[in-house]
Amino acid sequence: MTIEYATQIFAFIILTLMTLGGGLAVVTSRNLFHAALSLILSLAGAMGYYVLLDAGFLAVVQLLIYIGAISILILFSIMLTRGLMVPGQVQRNEQWWIAALVVFLTFVVMVVALWQTVWPIAGEEALRAPNVAIGQLGAALVGPYAIPFEVISVLLLVALVGAIVLAREVENHSASADVETGE
Amino acid sequence: MEALIHWLVMTFPPLSEGLARFIVYVLYSAVLAFVAPVIIVVAYTYMERKVLARIQDRIGPNRAGPLGILQGFADAIKMLTKEDVTPACADRVVFNLAPILATIAAILVFAVLPVAPGVIGADPQTGILYVVAVGALGEVAALMAGWSSNNKFALLGAFRAVAQLIAYEVPIVLSILVVVMAAGSMQMSAIVAAQDIPFALTLPVAFLIFLVASIAEIGRSPFDLLEAESEIVAGFHVEYSGMKFAFFFIGEYMHLFASAGIATTLFLGGWRGPFAGPDSLPGVLLGFIYFVIKTTAIIWVMMWVRGTLFRIRIDHLLDFAWKFLVPLGLILMVIVAVALKLPVAGSSGLRWIALLIANFVAALLMVIGVSALARHTRSAALREVAGAE
Repeated sequence: MTIEYATQIFAFIILTLMTLGGGLAVVTSRNLFHAALSLILSLAGAMGYYVLLDAGFLAVVQLLIYIGAISILILFSIMLTRGLMVPGQVQRNEQWWIAALVVFLTFVVMVVALWQTVWPIAGEEALRAPNVAIGQLGAALVGPYAIPFEVISVLLLVALVGAIVLAREVENHSASADVETGE
Repeated sequence: MEALIHWLVMTFPPLSEGLARFIVYVLYSAVLAFVAPVIIVVAYTYMERKVLARIQDRIGPNRAGPLGILQGFADAIKMLTKEDVTPACADRVVFNLAPILATIAAILVFAVLPVAPGVIGADPQTGILYVVAVGALGEVAALMAGWSSNNKFALLGAFRAVAQLIAYEVPIVLSILVVVMAAGSMQMSAIVAAQDIPFALTLPVAFLIFLVASIAEIGRSPFDLLEAESEIVAGFHVEYSGMKFAFFFIGEYMHLFASAGIATTLFLGGWRGPFAGPDSLPGVLLGFIYFVIKTTAIIWVMMWVRGTLFRIRIDHLLDFAWKFLVPLGLILMVIVAVALKLPVAGSSGLRWIALLIANFVAALLMVIGVSALARHTRSAALREVAGAE
């Protein structure tokens, strides 16, 4: 028990350093690519927390979606921008004080919320119970939550189609008409 | 593993169970991280050279040691003594991190690989999903290597690599889904336990999709566009030399073994075979031997393909993934889902036959669909030509 506890504390410290250090590097790095990589580090730290909390499914999904999909997308898109070529990025623009205000207010709200919430504490037996989350999750998604689940998938489909429509090249109408008549 | 922990606690009484568990798992991780890569790389590079030489009517390595079996060690020493070159304007930190990450991504898969009865690093309920997720780290490593090298060929290679990996991840996930539906679990041990008949026999189409897509995922010929010498020099690791290149090399062979091991676990029944079982030490060892034999057989098929087929073009590569493998996987998934819910599904023999029929129906539908589509596009093109004249 003690060795388990010690490794958990050790892992928690490392993960916290990863998450906070990564987050700090995202906002302080002057290199856009380094900032994106630091974001991956930070997200990986968050994934580690899920593992520590015995939420294996959440951890794997975090890895799959945030690191596998979103980070790759971010890396790709910053490679297509010109900002990458400029070595020292300016890190703030004229709106910085609005951003700072919003950040501060969010922080206050979160602290108040954390302070006032009564956190239910699961007993020992809940920790010892076998982890059957995936089966329950799957049943819930096709049972009581079937309609929200489908609505979300329709939303994603709409976003996908919208993105394709936006990204498609605008055709010249007269030229396309010529092709159709077989000229 | 559990038996070993039990034995440790019995033999050395001052050890508590937690400590014994800790020691066993740390040792197992050390074996996976430090011993397995060396053995796998040396053994399978030698095998690859010999197999390719045989296919190409050559002798292959035969100087270092009897039959050239020490060739791998000679190569390793050469790698170690090479000069470590970093390009002038490279992004040093990222440049040095990329090969490490590439190797880690491959080694992480081994954590959930059931290599023998009861021997598995971790057996979470999300086992196979974890394998899919860890694959994403390899993409990040490729992008990091390509970008930080400050070389346009490396960057092009990285883009190709990521496009290919993303495209072929979809068919892999679809074929895994079919297996998960048939096994009723994502846990690796449960998938192995569900295979009284290996899934390769009852789900042959899914097996083929997985095999083809995992060859693409490892980036081996005929899908080795990421390192097409005639087009982009050597892909995303063109600027790497010495030990850093060796890391990519190790990562590639670890990935090869891991993919073949996953294919073995999903489709060939993993460690299962006559007299293999978790109860006795000979049973466990026998299970390990079965696992290695099956995995090596799959690797051999991959080498055979590499020695036989030529490289395909990048647009064909992406078309093949999106227009053939993905629709086939989707059709197969729907039909297998229906087959599993048939009333005969209760008795296991009929269930397997139903699955097999479902596979053939899916393959047939796909072939009919593709040929109809091809005929349609061809006649449309012909009409266009005729109209132009």
